[in-house]
Amino acid sequence: MSPAEQQRMWTERVRQRAVGALPPEKLLPDRQPAYVSSWIYVFGVATIAALVVVIGSGVILGLKGPAWWHESGVGKFFNSVHLWSVEVFFFTMVVHLWGKFFMGAWRGGRSWTWVTGAVVFLIAIGTAFTGYLSQQNFDSQWIASEGKDGLNAVGIGAFFNVIDFGQMYTWHVILLPVAVAALVVWHVLLVRKHGVVPPYAAPVAAGGSAAPRAKEAP
Amino acid sequence: MREIAGLFRPLRGGLAAPAVFNLNGPAHYVNWHFFHMSVANVLVIVLMIVVFILAIVIPFPKREIEE
Repeated sequence: MSPAEQQRMWTERVRQRAVGALPPEKLLPDRQPAYVSSWIYVFGVATIAALVVVIGSGVILGLKGPAWWHESGVGKFFNSVHLWSVEVFFFTMVVHLWGKFFMGAWRGGRSWTWVTGAVVFLIAIGTAFTGYLSQQNFDSQWIASEGKDGLNAVGIGAFFNVIDFGQMYTWHVILLPVAVAALVVWHVLLVRKHGVVPPYAAPVAAGGSAAPRAKEAP
Repeated sequence: MREIAGLFRPLRGGLAAPAVFNLNGPAHYVNWHFFHMSVANVLVIVLMIVVFILAIVIPFPKREIEE
């Protein structure tokens, strides 16, 4: 195959574009700027760690079913792990959001990093809501009967029927988690591409890249 | 799996041990003009603010430079 033919292949073009946007040293860096040495930068990865536990416990609950998570001791344990990992997920995500808001984390060409994070937050709220509806207990029935009026009032009750367990369960275990996971991956890749936003006092390099790495944490 | 299940056997048929907080009564609420929120939610929000402040104030442990 000639070099010209190779250049025309879509796999070649995609690979070159991907490596150009995210070279290996950016994708998996071994050093970060010195200003990242603060506890406030921990909450993003803490959110992802909680999400891993949420998805792992959710997969087990989905495979075993409602009778298991309501009746057996181990089922109740995993049900609680799922609930409390969601609590940790939202807790750390909100602290992460506050930190990034006061840092102005959209600066320096990072607007899509901010937008993807904000959209994940909104979708996660919907995922948690459908999770409450999927509990298969009086609590979920109460939430569904209260929620349907609000959703009917805004005109989406016909498409998003909160008293339809099958529909809500599908949203909860497939559609919304896939959206959250895909957006989190995109969010992290954008952080890798543009770097962590520097503090306001530090100069921002032209072109939206990360601040100069003259001083780096060991 | 049976060994693991045995560890949680006391939970079968209801709680064998009393919960740390008694959740069997009506929820407590904070009411102040238009503000209406359960005490549990208020506590979580206050805790998030405290953690946010601590995350800024507490210095991050620095690793020794290995030469």
